[in-house]
Amino acid sequence: MRQHNGTTRRDLLIGAGTIAGGIGLAGLVAVRPSEATPATMQEAIRKVVGEATVNKGKVKLDIPPLTENGNTVACGVSVDSPMTADSYVKAIHVFNEKNPQPNVISIQLGPRAGRAAITTRIRLADTQSVTAIAELSDGTFWSDSVEVIITLGACLEDPV
Amino acid sequence: MARALINVPAKAKRGEVIAIKTLISHIMETGFRHSTTGQAIPRDIITTLVATYNGAEIFRAELSPAIAANPFLTFYTVATESGTIAFRWTGDNGYDVSEQATITVE
Amino acid sequence: MKRLSAALLLLVAAASALATEIPLAERRSSYETLSPETKAMQDDDTANPAMLWVLEGETAWSRKAGEANKSCADCHNDARETMKGAATRYPAFDEKRKTPVDLEGRINICRTEQQKAPALPYESRELLALSAFVARQSRGMPIESKDPRLKPFIDQGRTLFEARQGQLNLACSQCHDDNFGRKLAGIPMPQAHPTGYPVYRLEWQSLGSLQRRLRNCMIGMRAEFYPYGAPEYIALETYLMWRARGMNVESPAVRP
Repeated sequence: MRQHNGTTRRDLLIGAGTIAGGIGLAGLVAVRPSEATPATMQEAIRKVVGEATVNKGKVKLDIPPLTENGNTVACGVSVDSPMTADSYVKAIHVFNEKNPQPNVISIQLGPRAGRAAITTRIRLADTQSVTAIAELSDGTFWSDSVEVIITLGACLEDPV
Repeated sequence: MARALINVPAKAKRGEVIAIKTLISHIMETGFRHSTTGQAIPRDIITTLVATYNGAEIFRAELSPAIAANPFLTFYTVATESGTIAFRWTGDNGYDVSEQATITVE
Repeated sequence: MKRLSAALLLLVAAASALATEIPLAERRSSYETLSPETKAMQDDDTANPAMLWVLEGETAWSRKAGEANKSCADCHNDARETMKGAATRYPAFDEKRKTPVDLEGRINICRTEQQKAPALPYESRELLALSAFVARQSRGMPIESKDPRLKPFIDQGRTLFEARQGQLNLACSQCHDDNFGRKLAGIPMPQAHPTGYPVYRLEWQSLGSLQRRLRNCMIGMRAEFYPYGAPEYIALETYLMWRARGMNVESPAVRP
């Protein structure tokens, strides 16, 4: 997760935090060694969807665009589906692109759920993109992505 | 801390979609942190939460280190009959915690 | 850290030399600057992680302990009645010790003197659970600081609050009295009122006491921090509660 060595990340976050949302940060974020990359996330997604196309739509990923602390970020996923025996959401998967590993959570549902909507709290190591993918009973995949800016409190404790 | 805080409505109408909230105390140590002396702190997380309704599985979640400490998970299920909704969290180092709630369905 | 230090230096250079206390009517809890999601976390007892500690405290309240084999409930009965308002008045002056004690300190006095059990370590799970459970009973009630015996400690706390310290030569008041509301590293600077302790701090991913938070402040200011239980923390807590008099208790709160 977070490493408290060096100044690069702290400087980076201060820079990111003072820039208003709406500017794509991908170009401004300095490259630093990171174990997860957008490519790792794509690979993790491929493991789940195989060769199928991932369509945009039906899924709503709810994460506040600016969050006070990356340790606990509210995250909700809801999928537009009647949740009947013939048409329901089989699974919801959430991925990230800059944490040390790309998976966030995988959820199995069925028609008994009644509503395909979950909420949880996640950790985000840095300002990054988060993607939610829903697998439907008809074998199709749908997705939504959100760009999240992570700020950092000023007065922190030493690491463990 | 109390191990778990579950919120299941005590009563529901048959066919009603009910919200279930779960909160459990767990450090969710990622395995990516290091102590001040540079030693890696080993991973210790909850990996799975399974919920069953009178024995039938209604929800399953596979968690990763990206889930925040004291995992909070909410989901929905259809109130089909009176009975027991059971929750089981399992994870690293043999972690295995179960809780349950009863529901009366009219 | 260099950019943070530079930002802080600019801030304090611009600040006035004399710290001015916040007018009573302008005091605000940092609850108001929380994101809607974090507010929701605090407001919903079924979703507030701090409730895990409150529930454990409720169990601990009835658990017999020590050589006296007594529980809190044996003397104090139902906490929902007897502890109502208790947290609004802590730190409270202890006549025997001639010094204020905070809530955690008071719990340990009961542990050692009444239950004849060993004191619970600072920031231990059980101490925080009891403190959270007791503080929860005062939620929504205004903080009181009327005891004249507290005055010398309030004054000492104010002196500590306004004294420059640490590698940044920075005083608490320079941020929390003079620059609240302005952003530091993207987060609005709070006025720093202890209305919600013990608090579930997202940074800690755990519940912690006001002393732990003050320790964090001092680390952030690059000052040498006091050990847990130090009289300086008690003086600061006493001052901060006086400074927040009349504001409502929110315990247990959630903060970033």
